[in-house]
Formats: sequence, C-alpha cells, structure tokens
Amino acid sequence: MGFILISLIVLIGITSYFLGNFRAKNLRTSNQKNLKSLSHYYGYYVALWAVVPALLLLLMITSFKSFFIEQYVLSDFIALGSYTETELSLLFTQIENTALGIKLFDENTILIDGAVNKLNYINKTIENLTYVTVLGLSGLLVLYSLFNINNKLNSRKIVEKFLLVLYFTCSLVAIMTTVGIIFSLLYETLRFFSQVPITDFLFGLNWSPQRVFVREAGDLDTRDLANAFGAVPLFAGTFLIALIAMCVSVPVGLLTAIYMSEYASPKVRDWAKPIIEILAGIPTVVYGFFAALTVAPLVRDIGQGAGLTVSSESALAAGFVMGIMIIPFISSLSDDVIKSVPQSLREGSYAMGATKRETIVKVLLPAALPGIVGSFLLAVSRAIGETMIVVMAAGLNAKLTANPLDAATTITTQIVVILIGDQEFDSPKTQSAFALGLTLFVVTLALNFIALQVVKKYTERYD
Amino acid sequence: MTDRIEQRINSLNKRLNSEKRFRIYCIGAMSFALAWVLILFLNIFSSGYSAFYRTVIQVDVPFLNLIEDTTQFSEMSSEDINNLSMYSFSKKAIYGLFPDIEEKKDKKMLIRLFSIEFEQEIREFLKSNKSNINETETIYLTASDDVDQVNKGNYPRGLDEDKRRIKDIQLLFFDDLVDRGLVSYEFNLPFLMRGDSREPELAGVGGSIVGSLFTILVVLILSFPIGIFAAIYLEEFAPKNRVTDFIEININNLAAVPSIVFGLLGLGIILNTFGLPRSTPLVGGIVLSLMTLPTIIIATRASLRAVPPSIREGALAVGATKMQAVMHHVVPVAMPGALTGTIIGLAQALGETAPLLLIGMVAFVVDVPQTPLDASASLPVQVYLWSESAERGYVEKTSATIMMLLGFLILMNLAAVLIRRKFETKW
Repeated sequence: MGFILISLIVLIGITSYFLGNFRAKNLRTSNQKNLKSLSHYYGYYVALWAVVPALLLLLMITSFKSFFIEQYVLSDFIALGSYTETELSLLFTQIENTALGIKLFDENTILIDGAVNKLNYINKTIENLTYVTVLGLSGLLVLYSLFNINNKLNSRKIVEKFLLVLYFTCSLVAIMTTVGIIFSLLYETLRFFSQVPITDFLFGLNWSPQRVFVREAGDLDTRDLANAFGAVPLFAGTFLIALIAMCVSVPVGLLTAIYMSEYASPKVRDWAKPIIEILAGIPTVVYGFFAALTVAPLVRDIGQGAGLTVSSESALAAGFVMGIMIIPFISSLSDDVIKSVPQSLREGSYAMGATKRETIVKVLLPAALPGIVGSFLLAVSRAIGETMIVVMAAGLNAKLTANPLDAATTITTQIVVILIGDQEFDSPKTQSAFALGLTLFVVTLALNFIALQVVKKYTERYD
Repeated sequence: MTDRIEQRINSLNKRLNSEKRFRIYCIGAMSFALAWVLILFLNIFSSGYSAFYRTVIQVDVPFLNLIEDTTQFSEMSSEDINNLSMYSFSKKAIYGLFPDIEEKKDKKMLIRLFSIEFEQEIREFLKSNKSNINETETIYLTASDDVDQVNKGNYPRGLDEDKRRIKDIQLLFFDDLVDRGLVSYEFNLPFLMRGDSREPELAGVGGSIVGSLFTILVVLILSFPIGIFAAIYLEEFAPKNRVTDFIEININNLAAVPSIVFGLLGLGIILNTFGLPRSTPLVGGIVLSLMTLPTIIIATRASLRAVPPSIREGALAVGATKMQAVMHHVVPVAMPGALTGTIIGLAQALGETAPLLLIGMVAFVVDVPQTPLDASASLPVQVYLWSESAERGYVEKTSATIMMLLGFLILMNLAAVLIRRKFETKW
C-alpha cells in the first residue's frame, strides 16, 4: 500500500510542478505584470505544497496506526480486565496470525474470531482513510498554492528557504545518530547496572552470562547474578588480541611507510601502495574465514610440532590476522606523516654526512613521532572495535589468560554471542551486551580523540 | 696516522652496512605485506573456484513405468504433475543404474549418492518438457555433496571407513559410474540462483545476493541525498558557530565508531523502539546508511572545498543567488568527487557484517527475498553462516561467496577510480 501511495504522491508532485510553471507563465503573458521569480520556481513551489505535507501526514499515520489498531482490536479483552500487558501483546500476535490463516491455539475462539473480524475491518478502514486524507490533503494544497500565485509572492525565496532547512536537517542526522547511539546504550546499561553493581562489572573476574538462564529457571540470589558479569576477562582478552595485532602491524606498517616515503621509486610506489591498501578494503568477514580456516590450524600444527599445547581458537591466530588487516592503516597514515616532514630537515641531515638510515632514525622519526603515535592509536582503536575476525577465530568462552596460545574472548565477541539470534529483552544478559557496547564506544572514542589531538598538534608544528 | 684512517674506514663501513640492513628490513616488511595480499587471494581462489561447477550423474528414467502413454503428460497441468506420486518411481529409476543389487542397505547407499531432491528434479524435468517426453529420458541428477567433493578431489579417500562420510560401497558404485562415463560436471547455475539450504549441494547464494542488493539499494536511497545535502550545508551555508562545530566533531567521531555499535543502535532504537521488522534488508540498510554517512559527507565536503572560489564568485557576480550559485555551478563540479565517495561508502556497507548479525540478518532463509521487507541474509553474512557449518561442501561455497563479494567490491572501486579519472577537473 505504502509504495502505491507514495508513487501517487510523487506523480501529483510532478504534475503540479508543470501546473505551477504553466500558471506562472500564463499570468505573466496575460496580466503583463511582473512576477517576482522565474516561472519554474512557481512550479517547485506548488510541487512542494503537494508533496511535503502529504508525506508528513503519511508518516504520522503509519507511526501511530499500529498502536491504535491494537487498542481497538483488543478492546474486548481489555474490558475483561484479566490480562496483563505481555499477555495482551501475545494475544494480539495470535490474532494477527489467525487473520493470516495460521491457527496455533483454539482457546477463546469466539472472542478471537470477533477480534479477527475487527482487525480486518479496521485495517481496511484505515487503509481507505489514509488514501483519502493523504491524497485529499495533497490535492487541496495544490489548489491553494496554485491560486496563491500572484505578483506579490516571491516563490524563489520560499523554495530556497525550504532547501536550506532541508539541508540543515540532513546535517543534523549525524547528531541524531550520535544521540541515538548514546541513548540506546545508556538506557540499557543503566537498567543493567540497577541489577548488577557497576564495580562487579568493571572489576569482576568471572564472565558467564549463560548462568542467568539458571536464575530464571530456579532461584539464584543476587550475589550469584553479580558473579556472572565480571568483564575483566573480556577486557584482558581484547587487550591481548589487540597487543598481538599491534606487534604484527606496527613494525611491518612503519617499515613499509618508511620504504614508501624514503626509498621507493615513484614507479614502485604507484604499484605497491594501492596493493597494500587492498588489505584495508577486504571485508573483515573474509579475514575471519581466513583466520579460522587457514591460519588457526597452521598455528596449531606449528605449535604442536614444537611440543606446545595450542588451542584451536588461539588468540595468536586471531591477533595475527587482525594485525595484517591493520597494516595499511598504519602504513598509509605514517607515510603521510613522514612525507610531511619538511625537506629542509632531510637536507640538513644529509649535509652533515648522515646516511639515509641515520637521517630516518635520528631526524625524521623523532620529528614525525607524534603523528606516528597518532596512527598507532587509531590502529589500536580499530583493533579493539573489530568484530568478525574475533567472532570467527577467537574463543567464545571467557577465561582470564595471558597466554597467546590459549583461547581468549573479546568484548565484541561477547556482544555478538549474546545478541545473535533471538533474545528476550529485560534480561540482564541482554542488557550486559549494551554495557559492553558502551564500554567499547567510550574507549574507542577516547582513543580517537587523543589520536586526533596528537596529530593536530603535530601538523601545526610545521605549518 | 694509518690507525685513525683505518678506524674511520671501519666505522664508515659499519654505517654503510647498517644502512644496507635497514633497507633490507624495509623491503622485507613491504614484501611481507604484499605477500599476504597474494596468500589471501590465492587461498580463497584455490578453494573457491570449484564451487562454480557441480557433479551430476546421468540416470535413465523410464517414464513408461509411470504412465501408459507418455504423450498424456502434455495434457497434464503443472498441478497434476505435482500430485503424481513419484518417489518410489524415481528411486526405481536410480536402482536401474545397478540392476544387480538386491540388499536394501545397498540400495539405500546408492540413493544416497544423489542429493535428497532427486524426486523434485525429475518432476521439474517432467514439467518443463512435458510435451515431448519419450519412453525413456536421460536426466542429469545432482550428486550429493559427499560425491561432489570426492569427484572434485577435495575429500581424502584414504581415511578409515568409519571416519569418512562416504562409505566403501558408495565409492565402489561411484567408481563404476565414472568408468561407465555417467558422471560429469556442469556449470553450477543453481548455486547462483537458489537460496540457502541445509544440504551443501543445494545451497546457493541467490538469496543473499538479492538481500545484499536490496540492502545496498536502501543505503543508496538514504545516504546519498542525506550525505550530499549535509555536506552542502556544512561546506557552503553553515555559519561558523558552535552548532556547526559540534556537527563537525560528531561526524568525525562517527566515522571512527566501531561498526558493531551501529548494530546495537539498530537493535535498541530501530527494532525495539520504532518496531521495524527484524532480519530485513530495510533495517540493515538503515543501519548501514548511518554508518556510511560520515564517509560520504567527508568525501563530498572535500570535493566541494576543491572547487575554486572563482566559480562561486563568477555566478554571484552575474546576479545568481547564493543557492543558485551553489546548486547550478558548484555542486555539479563537485559531483564526481561526491559520487566517488558514495561508491566507496557503498562498498564498505556491502562488506559489513557485524551490525547485520545484531539486527537478525543471520536468519536461515531458503526463499529468495522479493522485497526489502522480506527476511534475508546478505553476502558477508552468508560467508559467516556457512563458515560455521561443518560439512566439507560449505568450505568451497564459502570461498566462492567471498570471491563474488570481492568481485563486487573490485567492480565498485574500479567504478570509483574511473569516475575520478574521467571527470576530475584540475584547477
């Protein structure tokens, strides 16, 4: 229904553009009076009146309709007064299913049949009503605006004002997204902390949210609940895997950047740089598959060959692959930073008889250090927030360990493990995922903020 | 005297050697990075290309056993054919490959060489050729996943019998069929067309390709206009004040937020507060557009900034309003840059998995979705789903899915580069 209606509105909009345009031209030739704007602005003016209010009305109707329908259909049951809210919403789903021809239960048949009839009736009525009101509004406003065209009306100003407001609203989407993220994370997190003390979450050593199911089945007092949500093993695992990733990517990335900016001929550079940047464009799920299927067995075989016990989901494999993924972030940022060191510093160093290596290690790197550190910090925040590699290749069970050959789990893995598939809300288990998300959000934001400040300070130094 | 000269030469040699060593380290690091690109691609391609063809086994189906006169089929409607009971008939046709075997157990093993939908395949053949069915028709039936893997050489035959899924007697049958020339390969069209399945030989990426397409479409419709309008406002119209500073900081921060946090946003707000349907490309598209918006805005702003002021001033000088100058002169010039940014943003969105896991786009979906409001998977999610499955056949399918995903990404990035090359103006 929505699609047809929207197409109709768009059609009206296009027609009314031509109507407005035509009328403005007509007025101009017949009255010999000067209109204040070019005639096509009158077309836009009428079209805006035709489309915008109608779409807003449609949006309002669709957002309020489901609530209204539910109230109306369930009115009989509400009048009985013996149902709780969750039962009512279950009942409504049941009625909806029955209306679609799926019959699951047989209880209360008379009432439910009545409700199904009501549902069908109200759906039909609201649909018809929507068509009439939305199209009616659109048509009325087209007529209004058409007759409104006269030589006092400056439609260009109105259209431009509208565009400006539209552009401004679009730029607010970024703010709304941030607000939405903070709101949704905070809301669930606060509910979580009302059941589990924040200190237990931040400093507890045991993470086993599955046990909350046990609580629902039998009885578990709050102390046990608190014991299930100690996030330290997750923080430690995240840190361990990020550390391994940095151990791979920092030397490789930095040396690559040095080679690119100081040694490579333009020809090599033109080829090698885009190829290395392919690594940044490969979807992370591909790395995850690669880590789980190729690197992890390889690490295990090598480890067993050396007589070590290696978990098949070792932190080493996940961290190593993550490190490869991060190489281009470090190499291209550091490359830019090293290149932006003023040429005079290089030449000064060469003039003193320093070799290239000495110039790089003793002059360029210290000069570029803040920027390079900034790129490391950005890479760390990438590594902490990375999800798919660890979900597919790292462990799922939380265990406090510092052994890279052991399985470790991360914040992001646990968020996915908890929230994948069907989840019931209102359980501390689900809410704990949002608390983890908030932690992740705050940490990555802080890292990015520091990194950007560092880089900014650095670039100012040589400007 | 000579001592000091020698010392100097020694120290110089040392310095030159360490210079050489350093250079080798640098080259080594770069080759390491380049090598992994190669390893990654080789690994995926070598295990994935075989999913694009599949093993089929020729079976002679004596339709005369089903009906007295095969011309009668042409008078049947599709529904009549659906109502025909064909299971035991189809089984008998397969037994016809080895008329000598008697034991029930062996017959069962023989049937298991074929995918479980053999009856359906014979029915489909009948439906599409019903006007000219001969007494006996040769039909190519899909082999089961185990046979397929053995035929492609992906499956170790040397293992003990109780450790492998395919049994000795089945291998015997299979080898005999190969000797008789009844086993062949054909292009795996069903893999590209069908939805997901619990049977690896029947599973296809069609559903997730369409799902990805719908998702990307939603992202395009939402994030392209919003991103470009926002960029125009911030770059051309915004007064320098706290509000615009705040918006700018926000956009830069959003670009760095981990993608899974957007999944939490989608779950908390879009699914639970607004109540949009779970598992659908619509919701996936909304979440991913919020994620790609910063990319598009930042790219568009950069290309707007690159438009020289003389263009604006020229338009203003001949009497255009500010809005006219921007919309008629500045934006068209900046459009290639904006398009490039959008395509790169879309490519990011196409490869993104984590947020989709949280909003339920991991559902097992057999049907190819028809609209953005149907539950569906997407290509990267399909990779994740299949990589969790144990069957051997899913490994090559996963790699093949990755190949297609990478193919789409390469195409998109190539388009971005081409647009930039063709339309970029140097001032």
